Amino acid sequence: MDDFLAARLQMTVSFVFHIVFACIGMTMPWLMFVAELKWIKTGRKVYQDLSKAWARGVAIFFAVGAVSGTVLSFELGLLWPKFMEHAGAIIGMPFSWEGTAFFLEAIALGIFLYGRNRVNKRIHLISGLVVGIAGVVSGIFVIAANAWMNSPSGFDWVNGQAINIDPIKAMFNNAWFQQALHMTIAAFASTSFAVAGVHAFMLLRHKGNEFHRGAIRIALAFGAVAAILQPISGDISAKNVAKLQPAKLAAMESLFKTSKPAALVIGGIPDEEKEEVKYGIHIPHLLSFLAHGDLNAEVEGLDKTSKENWPPVVIVHFAFQIMVFMGMLMMGAGILFLIFNFKWKENLDKRWWLKLLVWLTPVGFIAVEAGWIVTEVGRQPWIIYGIMKTKDAVTPMPGVQYPFYLITLIYLVLTFLVILLMRRQIFAVHMNSQNINAHD
Amino acid sequence: MLMTDFIILVLGIAVLFYVLLGGADFGAGIVELLTGKRGIDTISKAIAPVWEANHIWLILAVVILFNGFPLVYTTLTTYLHIPLFIILLGIIFRGTAFTFRYYDTVKDNMYKYYTQLFRISSLLTPFFLGVILGAIMLGKIPSQVDGTFYEIFIAPWLNLFSFTTGIFLTLLFGWLAAIYLLGEARDDESFQTFAKTSRTFFVLLIVSGLSVFLVAEMYELNFFSRFLHSSVAIGCVLVATAIIPFLWAGIRHRNNLLTRFLASVQTACILTGWFAIQFPVMIYLADGTALTIQNSQAPERTMSLLVYALVAGILLIFPAFYYLFKVFKFSQNKQS
Ligand code: HDD
Ligand code: HEM
Ligand code: HEM
Repeated sequence: MDDFLAARLQMTVSFVFHIVFACIGMTMPWLMFVAELKWIKTGRKVYQDLSKAWARGVAIFFAVGAVSGTVLSFELGLLWPKFMEHAGAIIGMPFSWEGTAFFLEAIALGIFLYGRNRVNKRIHLISGLVVGIAGVVSGIFVIAANAWMNSPSGFDWVNGQAINIDPIKAMFNNAWFQQALHMTIAAFASTSFAVAGVHAFMLLRHKGNEFHRGAIRIALAFGAVAAILQPISGDISAKNVAKLQPAKLAAMESLFKTSKPAALVIGGIPDEEKEEVKYGIHIPHLLSFLAHGDLNAEVEGLDKTSKENWPPVVIVHFAFQIMVFMGMLMMGAGILFLIFNFKWKENLDKRWWLKLLVWLTPVGFIAVEAGWIVTEVGRQPWIIYGIMKTKDAVTPMPGVQYPFYLITLIYLVLTFLVILLMRRQIFAVHMNSQNINAHD
Repeated sequence: MLMTDFIILVLGIAVLFYVLLGGADFGAGIVELLTGKRGIDTISKAIAPVWEANHIWLILAVVILFNGFPLVYTTLTTYLHIPLFIILLGIIFRGTAFTFRYYDTVKDNMYKYYTQLFRISSLLTPFFLGVILGAIMLGKIPSQVDGTFYEIFIAPWLNLFSFTTGIFLTLLFGWLAAIYLLGEARDDESFQTFAKTSRTFFVLLIVSGLSVFLVAEMYELNFFSRFLHSSVAIGCVLVATAIIPFLWAGIRHRNNLLTRFLASVQTACILTGWFAIQFPVMIYLADGTALTIQNSQAPERTMSLLVYALVAGILLIFPAFYYLFKVFKFSQNKQS
């Protein structure tokens, strides 16, 4: 395997792994906080049990999130030293703020998980809130760095050197807001639906169990709102991508020729050689509207970009379709949940509804991974859009495939172990629901 | 200039705290290698609430490096790719194995594997951290990619000097952990075990410290003369030595808070002494030049924003950190 490919794949594997834990880390503290709050308000023990049970799971996810995040902070340099040499001084700032957020998060987490019997109730509750806020804030900071790669600003590029560096401008680049918003909502949507799915699975086995019913209700309250907001935020993203990275948008939509008006293609198989899409459904005018808010606007196609600078069209197109499809599924389920919650409450305990939730367990995370593939692969061949090519940033060290194989193997094993541990946790809750927090 | 000094100071503090806290967490795994089953319970309870927070000092140090001194960060990640990767493996295995062991609801064969993995990675990581410190001082790191794979990516760290510093750091971490664990021991027997372990480590530590100097002479690094020319370094050695009898007394009288404090001061002396003879060089390079604080720092605007971030961070972090330790460490002491 060539070193460049190995480096890209190693980066991909590392991110695909980390982002799952990052989403869980941003969302679970909020779910636990609500469970804890409900326990204090209602005095019903199921809510305390729930908060404790979730806390045990979160501790495992956090540890894996922390180590995989640390791996990333080194890999940026291990794999892309030429990139970091320039980017470090420009986008290091959000990372340094992120460091502070991580600190507070880890400290508050220590208190929330292990301090239940050592600090008073109010401080315990507040520490849960701090974990939640710090998690979301740290996510937003890293995203600023990634958005800068898509929409570089805050410096002048002269003879291969960055001068007149302004880290503040770099951080608040044009892609930052849209990505931070979309990512944060994505974290809530994906984690909440996964949590609801797991508890729905258990509820199917233990009919009428209050513990799982409560869990589903809390999780879906977050999940439904997030799932309904997400397509709106995605639309904002798409409009910005059309402006900032027209080649990425064209690849997402497989728009080979600049068109006015442009039709939206749903599904279909793009053929990069012949520059056409086979079998897709074409809806006239819709792409013009989605990209520019005007039914007759011109949408720039791939023909405006020289072919050597095309992103891999097939991958980006499929990833985008998958994300949107998953988004539509979740939005539908979210709307149903809200309707049932206000009217026809009895449906929430029906088997078909619980089965639907079980099916939707992985959907949010599939959308997250697909979305990142759109963003990262869609930016290719650039690592800093329009400034530096990815292949020019790669490490000079030969033999990158060996660390790549090793990291992949380790992450596969870790994935397996985390699933195994979670299974055991979930079933232990049932065998012994009084004793689930033996370590306190 | 003042800004840069401040950033270097915070970097130094981050490294110091990582050694004192994160290092001790690794050290606990090393101690467990020696004490076996008897230590596990104490060690698990001691580390669980704090290791994640302790670990962030490393991330802070990395972030300061790539934001403030990008060239230092990329030089390290390019030429010391292999030992850094091994450290990453160690960090992954240590963190996950520890957490999985602590949280698994079923005690079966997996428990044994987690334990093995936890101990081995606790040993491996500090060793290679020390190897990297050695490589930074040794001056075999090339300044450009020019030569064979061995010359560029292996020789800078695969040598006697780096291995000596690796052993030194490993022993330092183990010793710190043994001292800290004295305060966590719930019964007399485990107290004696940890006390004995700490004495063993101390003797080994002194021997290994001396061998670092001797090996440095073999490589003509002139540690002795650089040492004698730095009043800070000499002061550090004097303080560290003067503390030894008090430390022994502290252990004998079981004043755990005092022993912890004194051991931390000694460690701070070792690090400060090293900083003093290294300053202002960050990395010695093979062509005789060096990456220094001045010639590798980011542009001024970046540095000043980094200062703001660090000041704000410190104002938030230190009180929170103090609170965490008050809840889990200081109060425990009173109970026992
Ligand atoms: C639960 C997850 C989820 C769901 C349901 C959606 N997305 Fe998404 N999307 C993401 C999760 C995500 C993501 C993984 O979080 C990305 C990657 C980078 C980012 O900022 O968000 C992303 C990126 C992303 C981008 C690229 C942004 C860029 O490159 O700067 C666009 C244009 C969209 N999304 C559009 C949509 C649309 C129109 C959706 C309609 C349903 C949608 N997304 C649903
Ligand atoms: C601050 C955030 C991020 C930074 C700084 C970053 C940086 C990078 C870099 C340097 C590369 C290598 C160049 C390339 O091949 O594109 C890369 C690739 C990649 N990253 Fe990101 N990334 C970030 C967020 C993410 C996240 C959260 C994911 C999601 C899982 C992700 C997924 C990927 C993928 C899939 C690739 C491979 C693209 C390809 O095939 O070429 N990235 N990223
Ligand atoms: C270049 C990209 C990235 C780097 C260098 C990075 C680095 C890290 C590090 C060092 C940690 C451990 C901190 C701790 O112990 O709490 C971590 C955890 C975390 N990361 Fe990342 N990360 C990256 C991408 C992302 C992205 C894209 C997100 C999400 C938007 C994210 C969100 C989080 C969160 C919420 C945590 C908290 C720990 C957890 O929930 O498990 N990270 N990351």
